[in-house]
Amino acid sequence: MALAEIKPEQVVFSEKLMKRIEELKSHFPEGRKKSALITVLHEVQDEHEDWLSVPVMDKVAEVLGIKPIEVYEVVTFYSMYNQKPVGKYVFEFCRTSCCATRGVEDLMEYTCQKLGVGMNEVTPDGMFQVKGVECLGACGYAPMLQLGDFYHEFLTKEKMDALIDDCRAGKVEKLSKV
Amino acid sequence: MSRKILTEHINVPGIQGYEVYRQNGGYRSVEKALKMTPNDIVEEVKKSGLRGRGGAGFPTGMKWSFIDKKSGRPRHLVCNADESEPGTFKDRYMMEKIPHLLVEGMITSSIALEANLSYIYIRGEYMWVYRILERAINEAYAKGWLGKNIQGSGYDLDLYVTCGAGAYICGEETALIESLEGKRGNPRIKPPFPAVVGLYGNPTVVNNVETIMDIPWIVMNGGDEFAKIGIGKSTGTKLISASGHIKNPGVYEIDLSISVEEFVMSDEYLGGMYSDRPLKACVPGGSSVPILPAELLFKTAKGEQRMMTYESMSDGGFATGSMIGSGGFIVYDDTTCVVRNTWNFARFYHHESCGQCSPCREGTGWMEKILYRLENGYGTQEDIDLLWDIQRKIEGNTICPLGDAAAWPVAAAIRHFRHEFEYHVRYPEKIKDRKHFEYEPWEKVKHLMATESVLV
Repeated sequence: MALAEIKPEQVVFSEKLMKRIEELKSHFPEGRKKSALITVLHEVQDEHEDWLSVPVMDKVAEVLGIKPIEVYEVVTFYSMYNQKPVGKYVFEFCRTSCCATRGVEDLMEYTCQKLGVGMNEVTPDGMFQVKGVECLGACGYAPMLQLGDFYHEFLTKEKMDALIDDCRAGKVEKLSKV
Repeated sequence: MSRKILTEHINVPGIQGYEVYRQNGGYRSVEKALKMTPNDIVEEVKKSGLRGRGGAGFPTGMKWSFIDKKSGRPRHLVCNADESEPGTFKDRYMMEKIPHLLVEGMITSSIALEANLSYIYIRGEYMWVYRILERAINEAYAKGWLGKNIQGSGYDLDLYVTCGAGAYICGEETALIESLEGKRGNPRIKPPFPAVVGLYGNPTVVNNVETIMDIPWIVMNGGDEFAKIGIGKSTGTKLISASGHIKNPGVYEIDLSISVEEFVMSDEYLGGMYSDRPLKACVPGGSSVPILPAELLFKTAKGEQRMMTYESMSDGGFATGSMIGSGGFIVYDDTTCVVRNTWNFARFYHHESCGQCSPCREGTGWMEKILYRLENGYGTQEDIDLLWDIQRKIEGNTICPLGDAAAWPVAAAIRHFRHEFEYHVRYPEKIKDRKHFEYEPWEKVKHLMATESVLV
């Protein structure tokens, strides 16, 4: 659907997703169902090409019985929610101190050059995007990146080559199983 | 050889699953706790001297005793698994490898606090660990360790895991509670403390993963036994996650009684520097704590041996000491540029400031910009003083400690490495390449600073 405007009535949550949302809501006391919002948004984003459009956010508000603004204010606060379309495979390099001392800057440059993009840009085929993010809590396994739900650690240029090839071949798992 | 309280069974094949965990003595602390009175458990934890492992080091037993049991409102235990302090990755290691230890600790601790609804709040980036915990919790429900009438005791407990979505600030306990309620992670003004008004306005205790994981051992072996390990008020073992320019990065469980030198240099632990280059500096407790230059790391300013304890690590205050903090132990060799590293930290705090308090929201941004200028050769001598001035005005003037955490590394870097900042001002052409100290370590260029400059 890319950048085209999606109409609210076009937003469909799959049966599986709705079941999961109901399960997550059941974890919180009556009248406190909003607590499920952050987890629900992750699940919704996973099902909507990794980003949250306004109609999708409105739908989340409807499902949780809260106001749309309550969803927007959360989405704009947390860095893991995307408000714009992203590449299919987003390499989120940790660039904080420990990874920086272990050469992540070289690796980001290498990856950008290899893919022919600048930081945060999506490749023309929509496949890849390179981002720098703050500490991911894998300092002892630096340099590293996050791809979907998973970490790729002790990276080298060779490992980056292999990872990119694997992504192109569709061999890389992005989501952890429920 | 340090004791293994938390990591004893960590390498047992299959320990991630319930059966193997149970065969290795798992969930016995729950059986024991159900036969004790809640106050007896709190007393054992008080006796153990256990201090919060998230960074602040506040005595856990005391924190528990503050929880309001008189109002009759429902109580909650919340586990802080929002591990985001740069340099810290111990909790993730434990949760990934031995998730049932956290579930067991949560049940035992909830019994002590008489809580019937508890949560584990994990950072959103650890999504695969979230799934691991979810599985472990489901197994515990299936085996009757959670839910109604646990093991026929009449005690009910529901435990769930919930996640964040990328915000360092949610590691602060009141921000975590806000986030758990499905809101932006803006810290609350204290008092009231969460022990009185916490999650959903109910009395709440928030504890770090490692703290919770210590509880089963304390319940099984007694607080006195735990207090025998370590020195003085630093009791028990502590997980240290080590990273940076060392041979063996990773997570280590140490007695709070070994020396820093042994920890860094011995092959049992970090094994020394990875390229055998000289050690330049160390951040011993996560990015917020003051950086220590090599000469203050193994020995205190008084010339005493520095130990891996809360007290010894902070010996000398912030002038010549640091903190054990969260145990995020980052070691730097002589190729590291302290200015660049401080800029890196300042960028982190600027990115993570929630924006509620102006000293932090504006100040962290100013510090990042000034440090960027200095690191890239556009800085002036006045910038160093300005930086000092800004950090001083952030510290203590914000709702939560993120402001302090942003100020301390900057202050310590200037305090101990001012000459490097001045070098950046005086020799901008020498620091153009970001690897300047890799090509020419400080030791090789410091003679340049011996000459008087008329230009500054």
